[in-house]
Amino acid sequence: MSSLEFEILVTAMTVSAACAVPGAYLVLRQMSMVADAISHTVLLGIVLAFLVVPLYGHPLMVFGASVMGVVTVLGIDLLKRTGLVREDAAIGITFPALFSLGVLLISLLARDAHLDEHMVFQGDLVYSVFQRLELADRGYGPMTLWKMAGIFLLNGALALRFHRELKIATFDPVLAATLGISPSLVHFGLVLMTSVTAVGAFDSVGSILVIGFMVVPPVTARLLTDSLARYLGLSILLGCASSLGGFWIARTVNGSVGGSISLVMGAMFVAVLLASPRRGLVADWRRRRRQRVEFAVRMLVIHLFQHRTLGPRTEENHAGHLEVHLGWSAEFSRRITELAEVRGLISRVDTHWLGLTSVGERQAEQALAG
Amino acid sequence: MEAFLQFFNDYTLRNVLLGTAWIGVVSGSLGTFAFLRRQSLLGDVISHATLPGVVLAFLVWQRREIGVLMIGAAGTGLLATALIQVVDTRTNIKRDGAMGVALAVFFGIGVLLLSMIQNLPTASQAGLDKFIFGQAAALVQSDVTVLLAAGGVVLAALLLLWRELKIVTFDPDFARAAGFRVTVLEGGVVTLIVVATVMGLQTVGVILMSAMLIAPAAAARQWTDRLSIMVLVAALVGGTSGAAGAVVSAFGPQIPTGPVVVLVLTALVLVSLFLGRKRGLVWRWHRQRRSRKLADPDTVLGALGALEAAHAGTVRGHPKAVVRMAVGQSAQVGQALAALRQAGLADEHDGDWSLTERGRSEAGRRARDQGG
Amino acid sequence: MQTMPPALEVNDLTVAYRDKPVLWDVDLQVPTGVLMAVVGPNGAGKTTLIKSVMGLMQAAAGSVQVFGEPAGRQQVRRIGYVPQRTSVDWDFPTSVRDVVAMGRYNRGGLWRRTDRRDAERVARALATVDMEDLADRQINELSGGQQQRVFLARALVQDADLYLMDEPFQGVDAVTEQSMVSVLRRLQEQGRTVLAVHHDLRTAPVYFDWVALLNVRLIASGPMAAAFSECNLQETFGGLAPAWANPPATTAA
Repeated sequence: MSSLEFEILVTAMTVSAACAVPGAYLVLRQMSMVADAISHTVLLGIVLAFLVVPLYGHPLMVFGASVMGVVTVLGIDLLKRTGLVREDAAIGITFPALFSLGVLLISLLARDAHLDEHMVFQGDLVYSVFQRLELADRGYGPMTLWKMAGIFLLNGALALRFHRELKIATFDPVLAATLGISPSLVHFGLVLMTSVTAVGAFDSVGSILVIGFMVVPPVTARLLTDSLARYLGLSILLGCASSLGGFWIARTVNGSVGGSISLVMGAMFVAVLLASPRRGLVADWRRRRRQRVEFAVRMLVIHLFQHRTLGPRTEENHAGHLEVHLGWSAEFSRRITELAEVRGLISRVDTHWLGLTSVGERQAEQALAG
Repeated sequence: MEAFLQFFNDYTLRNVLLGTAWIGVVSGSLGTFAFLRRQSLLGDVISHATLPGVVLAFLVWQRREIGVLMIGAAGTGLLATALIQVVDTRTNIKRDGAMGVALAVFFGIGVLLLSMIQNLPTASQAGLDKFIFGQAAALVQSDVTVLLAAGGVVLAALLLLWRELKIVTFDPDFARAAGFRVTVLEGGVVTLIVVATVMGLQTVGVILMSAMLIAPAAAARQWTDRLSIMVLVAALVGGTSGAAGAVVSAFGPQIPTGPVVVLVLTALVLVSLFLGRKRGLVWRWHRQRRSRKLADPDTVLGALGALEAAHAGTVRGHPKAVVRMAVGQSAQVGQALAALRQAGLADEHDGDWSLTERGRSEAGRRARDQGG
Repeated sequence: MQTMPPALEVNDLTVAYRDKPVLWDVDLQVPTGVLMAVVGPNGAGKTTLIKSVMGLMQAAAGSVQVFGEPAGRQQVRRIGYVPQRTSVDWDFPTSVRDVVAMGRYNRGGLWRRTDRRDAERVARALATVDMEDLADRQINELSGGQQQRVFLARALVQDADLYLMDEPFQGVDAVTEQSMVSVLRRLQEQGRTVLAVHHDLRTAPVYFDWVALLNVRLIASGPMAAAFSECNLQETFGGLAPAWANPPATTAA
């Protein structure tokens, strides 16, 4: 691996880490699609800021461009508050408008190498590392790397400092308000953090792929853990791991690094979705099947209990009638009956009629009591 | 003027105009249902998710006719909606997270495939990246034919299933209880939305096509309280914006069509939000102002009379603010009080208003008249 | 002559959310021609009972028979349904008349449009619930009670033999409630059957003649006089049994 390639890889991992921090909170606050809107509209912010401060990557420009994220969220809020459209439509109207304005301005005004259409939708990690940070005639590596490292540290520091506020405002806004934490301040703080990160990542992954960097690792992490701290750490870790895998694929197929990383993130998500030990689809399916059997045994016990007053030999406790009354298949009825018998919950009055044992009766009483 | 006429005589431009207007009509009509079902952002996910399908179709068939590319686009678009459905119903992930993942991953894969195609030595990927923002000028006669056919199918389905779509959108539980196959119909709606989205990819582009679905409906909703009229207005708004976008972008080769269409649409949405019949913000402000209109002297006289009757002997008069509250809402009572004073019915001392002897008898007489 | 099958027969109905039971082994018979209230505390599974009879929820076990036939797509058409008022978006662009007409949408095939007979039926139902003056009103301009009456009218045009209603009196003022009760009585006079979720224990014995007391499992069901007893209420509501509930003996209805 050449030193240039190494720099690309490290930059990619830094971008992932920086995006994962606001992303984790956005996912928890159910703002994924707001993140989508912001990632689109910072384009307009970048174009406008570029017209004022024509220095790409200058901190002033980054901050100026980020204001557009806040403007977007305010615009969505304003539309929603007219009561004329709902939130989903408010998002779906606001961001295409601002994004379109940005695209038009680019094609009409700023014919600059950094701001062509290609950059907008995918950015270019490879290209971005050619911009070097140079101070007093000494090179210090790619500018993007420094920029994103700075944003990552800033995001991390803010998240640590305001961990309590973010947590409370996310899970219990009312409690937050009574504790003197302004939920809307936290909200817009997070929006601003998201915007700064999206603007910062613009030249490396573009305006749209960045939403993947923000949302996919946290959503994947959410499937793996319920602990907030582990979730945050895992989000960053999964982002970095995807960058590693994505970089390798991009090098192999000679394709877009950002796109490859998205592919790996997607693959990772699907793998976790299927195989996560607690939340995965396979585990869920197994659990459902087990629950169905367990539930059926309880159901059989309760069924016999409810009808115990009818006498030992009625239609309701005839083994052959379970199919009719409970809607079970013959095979399933036999399995459940056998299982309940093995567990000593029921006994056969004779071959066809079922009765509860004392253990079974106690269990039924408990189940019905709650 | 001559250039204008020439424009409409131009065979290519006529195609472009017809094509984009038609796309607007179809997506506007169908978007109405997405809007009402609160699935506005689903269109956004679908349109982003069509990118890998477009590129894959191109890779497989090595052709870039719109019909071919639409098949691929519909494929990945539907796949993305299926993924959202599974994640939403089967895991602890919320719907917005599922949508974000689907949008980002599919679009990312599309970007990757696109970058790989650009590196192929033989393939002329000419214009495939135009799918990002759309370029209506690329529409040719055969494309328009395909668009007309696809749109015709969508609109025919809409008409044929009108009652079904209406009841399923308004009250899915009741529809199921009444014996409709709701799951099938809901799947059908999503499929139609996918087809409508895919139709616009070439001219409006994958990123902005979602606005083409939602904005016409949002505008139309402000003008009517009838579903059928709403669909017609949405179709009109969509068609107009599409045509306008095509015309504007035809004048400058580097102007992408999609953003122009979206900006025209946004303008129409804003106009509708402000001026829309009954619901419009301007009317709302107007009504609020009118409700704060000048109170008429008779009402104020009555209110003052009632106040004095209630507080007989305890106070000498009532400040203006109290009179205003007695009249109700936030009526302007100043002018009415001045008129009463001029007529010698009321008087003011140190900011407190009271009735004169004549005013009191007048108020009493009116109260009796009204009481019958 | 054979005895008439009950309008609704529920056998061993068990519904669960994952492994948490919402209904446990419910057996319920609703004879034809009665007005039956389903009464129980919050979370007792009242709505679940209605929804699973309508096939809107999957049951873990049990069977449902409507007029002696297994409930399926065909049999469900003999049922009129009044869902909870809050289950729909009242800002939907449509009129009162249109919503009521939806009750006839399942008649005829793809090409059928609302015809004159449907229109007359809709107008009659609107008159029955005193809504004919508001027929062309946009539905977002209605009060809660008016919304509830629209849903009742929509069920009426379904011309059903059995009506399932989920809290039909919720958010309704006293006058409207009385007129809705008289509509239910008229349905009963026509030989139809009504099963309604009802949360007001004071009015239940006045409005209805049969009752089902539900709290996850069925505590009791039958004619009001027999089933609506202090003891059964105590069991249904646990220690929280509202003392102000009138046992049927003291009710002058």
